[in-house]
Amino acid sequence: MADRHQHDHDPAEENALRAEALESLLVEKGLVKPEAIDAIIRRFEEDMGPMNGAKAVARAWIDSAFRARLLADPSSALGELGLPRFSGVPIVIVPDAAGVHNVVVCTLCSCYPSDLLGLPPSWYKSPPYRARMVREPRKVLAEMGLDLEDEVEVRVWDSSAELRYMVLPERPAGTEGSTEEELAALVTRDSMIGVARPRGPHEVRGGG
Amino acid sequence: MAAEDRRVPVLDSAGPAAPPRKNGELVFEALWQGRLFGLTMALHEAGRFEWEEFRQRLIAEIADWERRQAGRDAGWDYYECWLRAFSSLVAAKGLCPADLIETRVRELAARPPGHDH
Repeated sequence: MADRHQHDHDPAEENALRAEALESLLVEKGLVKPEAIDAIIRRFEEDMGPMNGAKAVARAWIDSAFRARLLADPSSALGELGLPRFSGVPIVIVPDAAGVHNVVVCTLCSCYPSDLLGLPPSWYKSPPYRARMVREPRKVLAEMGLDLEDEVEVRVWDSSAELRYMVLPERPAGTEGSTEEELAALVTRDSMIGVARPRGPHEVRGGG
Repeated sequence: MAAEDRRVPVLDSAGPAAPPRKNGELVFEALWQGRLFGLTMALHEAGRFEWEEFRQRLIAEIADWERRQAGRDAGWDYYECWLRAFSSLVAAKGLCPADLIETRVRELAARPPGHDH
């Protein structure tokens, strides 16, 4: 490290150089094509995202038969909605109910239902979230703004390479007259990870 | 093969100045993170390694970082762990030896200022 060039790089710059070096070498060797990398980034940024999970949740809220299928056989139920499945990893949908709150974590790395939620947010990958959500979920949830009554049972689901989890939150009160599309707009990414409730019907319009 | 040719327009949407994404949060905090992510997935999809091989290395790097940082609370960079895991994987697989990577990093660092931004 002592013998550096005229301008030293900070760690972020060092990482950027290293990533660029890897890409250029692997491309030169013909092992990957830059266009394939572009396509993958686009897929993760545009095709995969919480709007997919939200679609499934909203349908489950209005259609109890679909809800039953979604819980029993998630992959085929998601297929009914035409939602893209990019990974072959099985998913389990864990439904909230009166007195039961579910939350998802990956204690070892960052396994996450990307098909349905996109890429995980940075806090999901952070050491404190991964370590503490298992140990003291109630406290972590409160810190994230979700206070649960003492009698509510908190179930923490630890994702793995073999199995991913998504939370099916409870339908917010006051949404009896809402359309499926309006309902989907209430379903946030965080509510499907289990660290927040869906928005209320009055929090959508004009909200930011 | 000039570096700037590979900075394709779509990536502007992942830069620090980009608007929030559909979920209200940027997917990648820096350009290189997105490139690295895409590179890893592309190499995997090209059949060059099993995902689990990478995942185990990532888990080990994260655990290693946490050991080194025990008690401290600064400098967490998930994609730095990813980068270490990926570098060691491609070296172990014989896809890209470590010394070649080091040489290329030095070459890139020696470019005139401003070139890599």
